[in-house]
Amino acid sequence: MDLTALILLPLFTALAILIVRQSTPVRWIALTGSVAQLLLAVLLLLFYNRERELGNTAQMMYETKYAWFASLNINFHTGVDGIAVAMILLTSFVVVAGVLVSWNNKKYTAEYFFLLILLSLGAYGFFISLDLILLFFFLEVAVIPKFLLIGIWGSGNKEASANKLALMLMGASALILIGILGMYYYGGNSFDILTLSQTSIPVTAQKIFFPLLFLGFGVFTAIFPFHTWVPDGHSSAPTAGSMFLAGISMKLGGYGCIRVAAYLMPEGAKEYAAVIIILATIAIIYGAFATLMQTDLKYMNAYSSISHCGFVLLGIGMLTTTALTGAVMQMVSHGLMTALFFAVIGMIYERSGTRNVNEMSGLQKQMPFIITVLYIAGLCSLGLPGLSGFVAEMMVFMGSWQQQGILHRVATVLAAMSIVVTSVYILKAVTRISMGPLKAGLESVRDAQWNEKLAAIILIVGILAIGLAPAWLNDLVRPGAEILMNHIQGK
Amino acid sequence: MLNDLLTLMRSELLVTGLIFLLLVLKIGGWMNSGRMLPWIQALLLLNFIIGLIDLPEGNLFGGMYNTNDIILLEKNVLNGALFLISLLFTVRFNKTRNLPEFFILLLSSLLGMFLMISSGHLLMFYLSLELATLPLAALVGFDLDKRTSSEAAMKMLYSSAFSSVMLLFGISLMYGIAGTLNFNELSIIAQSSNPLFITAFIFLFTAFAFKLSIVPFHFWTADVYEGSPMPITAFLSVVSKGGIVFVFMSVLFKVFQNIQEVWYYLIVILAIATMLIGNIFAIRQQNMKRFLAFSSIAQVGFILAGISGNSIQGRASVIFFIIIYIFSNLAAFGVVNIISSHTGSEKMEKYKGLYRSHPGLAWVMALALFSLAGIPPTAGFFGKLFLLSAGAARGNYWFLTFAALNMVISLFYYLKVVRLMFIDKNDKPLEDINLNTPVKMGLIICVLGILLTGFISWIFNYLILVA
Repeated sequence: MDLTALILLPLFTALAILIVRQSTPVRWIALTGSVAQLLLAVLLLLFYNRERELGNTAQMMYETKYAWFASLNINFHTGVDGIAVAMILLTSFVVVAGVLVSWNNKKYTAEYFFLLILLSLGAYGFFISLDLILLFFFLEVAVIPKFLLIGIWGSGNKEASANKLALMLMGASALILIGILGMYYYGGNSFDILTLSQTSIPVTAQKIFFPLLFLGFGVFTAIFPFHTWVPDGHSSAPTAGSMFLAGISMKLGGYGCIRVAAYLMPEGAKEYAAVIIILATIAIIYGAFATLMQTDLKYMNAYSSISHCGFVLLGIGMLTTTALTGAVMQMVSHGLMTALFFAVIGMIYERSGTRNVNEMSGLQKQMPFIITVLYIAGLCSLGLPGLSGFVAEMMVFMGSWQQQGILHRVATVLAAMSIVVTSVYILKAVTRISMGPLKAGLESVRDAQWNEKLAAIILIVGILAIGLAPAWLNDLVRPGAEILMNHIQGK
Repeated sequence: MLNDLLTLMRSELLVTGLIFLLLVLKIGGWMNSGRMLPWIQALLLLNFIIGLIDLPEGNLFGGMYNTNDIILLEKNVLNGALFLISLLFTVRFNKTRNLPEFFILLLSSLLGMFLMISSGHLLMFYLSLELATLPLAALVGFDLDKRTSSEAAMKMLYSSAFSSVMLLFGISLMYGIAGTLNFNELSIIAQSSNPLFITAFIFLFTAFAFKLSIVPFHFWTADVYEGSPMPITAFLSVVSKGGIVFVFMSVLFKVFQNIQEVWYYLIVILAIATMLIGNIFAIRQQNMKRFLAFSSIAQVGFILAGISGNSIQGRASVIFFIIIYIFSNLAAFGVVNIISSHTGSEKMEKYKGLYRSHPGLAWVMALALFSLAGIPPTAGFFGKLFLLSAGAARGNYWFLTFAALNMVISLFYYLKVVRLMFIDKNDKPLEDINLNTPVKMGLIICVLGILLTGFISWIFNYLILVA
């Protein structure tokens, strides 16, 4: 199966959207394109699993390599392993849901869907790249669509938030670029991830470039203290924009931390593991407590995303296979969950005109479907068993407990305790909105329409598939994580 | 000898032929000035196409004039840029009085740049530098009814005269030390242990620094760009800078290779200053021409980062970047020209809500700005990537981190314009603009260049081969 199809399909969808400008066909084109991409992702999963069953133990499957700038050793090198397949699957689910949720967008419809599909193209390309410049290319392609999506279709203080997001992410990309160039020159003039993993970069160089790379990718994953773009950026974005930003864009950072920073510079990873753990724990706890203070639903979810993505960084910092598997599972689970949450918040905002928790109550009777979905999203966030959040966080804790240092133990305990805080803010917000007497002015809100129901169901299917039967995801991700961890531990 | 002259100096002879043709046509009065423009455009295109044909290597006049593949390519890049300028500003040219004189002066300046790129002797270099600069001073003041134009011309004249003085002083010092002005012989004499030579080099350097608008020699740039007629601003920012960059690289890499420890740190410090000043001053600009002037100053800082690499890769990356810079800057100037001729103003606020009224123009401007900022998938990303990667070869990662972070600052002010066009609303939107066909063609060529150059890898591979 040729991985270039994963890039070409969104590209053709985007171009078709540009050519056909009217709102109605454009929506169907976007939907067809994204559903086809979802089918491709599922096919990729099935083919990948079959290859593994047939005994193929190569690290990367479906590798292709075309020379691009041969003089600088830049190639169009693509390939997937289990982790990449999981992320591609996540992206396709979130994009389909995003397209469905934006169905009734009236303003510049063609441009909106064009930018959304372009964003997804960047994500798919990022996950299949095995060449550092190609990876960086796809990472940067997404910056301007994000800026335009927030700036044009957003709400609230959208221009400033869009600016903050674009500039901080560009700054992070600048750091990543320097890290990549450093690895090129110290790693024997190669931009290829697989080749670089076999060469040993001098430890002094690693001590300089690992922080640059990890910080750069970490900003995408809202590493503390560079998380400030998240609350404003996610909250000012339109619904599908927030779903994509929180669901996929933040995972680009986590994937980059694993695949590029930790994998290619193992000594650097071990050197800075303590710092990563501390920063991750701060993010988890700070994010959780900051969410407690919020009254705006979107800001709540944004800070909660900071907290949950802290789990991803914690899993990476712990440097055990189980923790790494847990980090990847948390990326997938959180992606689905936060996309669902933002979708539901968007639905509520559209109907009630407010995102303030204190201005809504008693919506349970008016919109049962939406409130049910809200409960599911909330319960997934606080880690109820049966939903994906529990599985992922459990994995991270189990992996973290394998490390016996005092820092690791303290961090694990603190992270586990943050779940209580999560429960508080989730239950508080959700019950306040749904229960109690119906607030004045909300009598005319209607329940979800077909597109919103479909979007929610798609995401819930994903969440349940991981939550009720997580073995498939574990078996998908674990071998890749094991290879990574063996390499990092130096075996 | 004559045979050699005719073949090797083909580019110069073609341009000289064009100059004389225009002169004859004007003096003889055989063609109405108004109808000359399509012919001029066609001849410039022919000039560019002929420039693509290979020539053998060689040198003439005892080493004063060299040519090889890379020099030929550099000259042709400037040819192409001039052709694009002639396309993009068609409407403005149709309204220009004395059009043949305009192009005669422009082509003379181009001739000067060609001779500069090919020069192998400091005297030849000086003569051709003067030939390149003086017509520009006249051209900057070509808008006879605008006071800012004359003011800009005076500023340009005084500043370039001053820099020529410094250049001459440096050249005479060098002659005093070396007894020769030939590049090859100078490169042998160049030693970092000779302080007088270093001083002479510094004087020589200031001439380049002035033409390239390197800080602290950049003060003339904003005012001259703002006051000149639009096509001359485009020419100054793209062709003049491009030509000087090409000469700068040859001189540094060939003649002063032995004292590179001296100029490496000089370039790093000046690059840092240039990027910083260019970016910071650009943030506050409200006039689009001044805005693009400061943005080009910042781009030059980036080019210096690539030059500091001092390698074949550095040279190829710089030429690649200049090609992309030509496309991006000319597209931006093209749109600024259209908006300015329809609203009579160059202020940034005229661009508010441009997407609503003229989506095509807004997209062209946006693509040009993204390319200047270095955002994929535009070619500017690849240009900046290769420049940084060439600079990284020296291992000075602090400098490169600074350069990369400056890309963030530059993104800020480019996004300002993008925000005005796409996000802000305008109460008085622009009426319909009917684009002239040559202008449309010029914009399309620029946009295709911005979008495709990064992906057509054989361009860069060819450059590495030839550099």
